[in-house]
Amino acid sequence: MKFTTLLASAAMALGLASGAMAADDKTKVGFVYVGPVGDGGWTYEHNKGRLAVEEEFGDKVETVFVESVPEGPDAERVMTQMALEGADLIFTTSFGYMDPTINVAKKFPNVKFEHATGYKTADNVAVYSARFYEGRAVQGHIAGKMTKSNIIGYIGSYPIPEVIRGINSAYLHAKKVNPDVEFKIVWAYTWFDPAKEADAATVLIEQGADVILQHTDSTAPQAAAQEAGNVVTFGQASDMSEYAPFPRVSSIIDDWAPYYIARTKAVMDGTWESANTWDGIREGMVAIGEISDAVPADVKEEALALKAAMAAGEYHPFTGPIKKQDGSDWLAEGEVADDGTLAGMNFYIEGLEGEIPQ
Amino acid sequence: MDLGEINPVLLVASLMVAATPLLLAAIGELVVEKAGVLNLGVEGMMIVGAISGFAISVETGSPWLGFIASAIGGAVLSLLFVLLTQVALANQVASGLALTLFGLGFSALLGQSYVGVKPPSMGDIHIPLISDIPVIGPIFFQHDPILYVGIALTAGVWATLKYTRVGLILRAVGENHDAAHALGYKVIKIRIMAILFGGACAGLGGAYISLIRVPQWTEGMTAGVGWIALALVVFASWKPWRALLGAYLFGGITVLQLNLQAAGVAIPVEYLAMSPYIITILVLVILSADKSSAPASLGRIFHASH
Repeated sequence: MKFTTLLASAAMALGLASGAMAADDKTKVGFVYVGPVGDGGWTYEHNKGRLAVEEEFGDKVETVFVESVPEGPDAERVMTQMALEGADLIFTTSFGYMDPTINVAKKFPNVKFEHATGYKTADNVAVYSARFYEGRAVQGHIAGKMTKSNIIGYIGSYPIPEVIRGINSAYLHAKKVNPDVEFKIVWAYTWFDPAKEADAATVLIEQGADVILQHTDSTAPQAAAQEAGNVVTFGQASDMSEYAPFPRVSSIIDDWAPYYIARTKAVMDGTWESANTWDGIREGMVAIGEISDAVPADVKEEALALKAAMAAGEYHPFTGPIKKQDGSDWLAEGEVADDGTLAGMNFYIEGLEGEIPQ
Repeated sequence: MDLGEINPVLLVASLMVAATPLLLAAIGELVVEKAGVLNLGVEGMMIVGAISGFAISVETGSPWLGFIASAIGGAVLSLLFVLLTQVALANQVASGLALTLFGLGFSALLGQSYVGVKPPSMGDIHIPLISDIPVIGPIFFQHDPILYVGIALTAGVWATLKYTRVGLILRAVGENHDAAHALGYKVIKIRIMAILFGGACAGLGGAYISLIRVPQWTEGMTAGVGWIALALVVFASWKPWRALLGAYLFGGITVLQLNLQAAGVAIPVEYLAMSPYIITILVLVILSADKSSAPASLGRIFHASH
């Protein structure tokens, strides 16, 4: 602790002495990524957001990033390094960076931190996330209509609220259009491991699934589905259009660029404040990738109508009556889930089998 | 929960696929370590093999050329290690780590234009008659050729190390390089050959992931298999057949635990997820209770003047 404070103050003194002028006219923005920028999914989209910031502000901004940073103590080291190098704003783009972000933020009160998909905030730590579950509702609808075996495979990453929300939302909307549908869920315990993701997809396919939903970052499950020939998939986090029109029939796309630009601007203007942002289809943070022709026209129309209803704010994916897995009531008729419950969601809804790993 | 949904035949068949990259890399590293060199760059050589194999097979349309290219790619990268440790006499641990870091970055650079491309398929060998035998056919006789290469390589390495003069010399160099040198064997030359062989095997293993197991190119796609291969060599007490057993055990439990999850077995997922590591280590540690130990000169630098 003392050593880092010493380092920090030394760096600050240096910064004040040598770079006062240079530092003031350039805003330095750092990004910490959990996977490589070439994963074609989650990190790829965050990096697109970073490039958009560079394009927007040109010479006035300098961005740095570190990719494939493990969630844990290593992340703390990377963030500390970025802060010491004079970053004004640091985006930490994975759930597992939550505590490291808070820890490092304490040591650097003048640096702004933005943590994706978490829930812990501080004076200089904001959190932001996208309402992916809105996209999952559209996916679930299409999946329920497309499955012939009535078995839908789901590759989960870690049992955290964000992933559980996605499973619940997809299941709810698949069940609505296809009462016989069954979900098989496999937890991969990784965000990025193409070989393992491919194995998980293969296992699900071998056990009868003909639709695969994934909450991991790489395109490996798409390749496995393509190999199998008759299995439907959806792009995750990024469009993954290289697998369109089949097996990838649609996708959830995260668009971070407007948010990153707005927050960078706020730091430049000195108006940055800690906030809790949770945007969805309406604000454009969640987009639905083109629904390919492999989907029947009427299903496509329904899916687009569902998307439009959410964009207009007329429909909430978690609208009652919904029961929890154990049969107890969660939402009454017409009741809409509040953000607090959704943010901390740690239960399956009625009909899903298996237990959430604790 | 319905165990009936798990098809044991498909399970065994897919565990062999899951184990092959690990096996290839481990056999290569085993030979390197038997020669007394510790190359921690397996992960780097694998990923470079993965991209060079992928790129060449996409460009030429031939997976065979791809696999040959991957072996060459892995071997070329290991030349860097040769240069550092055998010529410049640098520390092997540091050089190996550097090799991994370099390989990961370099492969990402090479692979820029190959993201999202589909490689040509190798197809499985269907040997007439025997591949049609129920149960045994799908398990043993309906795989891609490289899987058999892995098994053949294990047998070859075992036989070479145990029964041939070349194997004896290689082991002598690994056990006591000064004595081997005194007897007139070219220690450096033999080690270079072993390192190149290890690089080629690691490259093949990497290409197996990018061309057959996944099949696509993604940055960092080996995701730690190289490190597991390194550990496997130690736990297998530097014995080829045990490395094969370990690789199949590891691959098998990895696939089995995913199957159990999908079938909804009521075992906490955390235990399932860690089971491949624990069971593989346990079994191999129990097996290595006999007096098998590391090559005595492992990791030590050789110079004729010492």
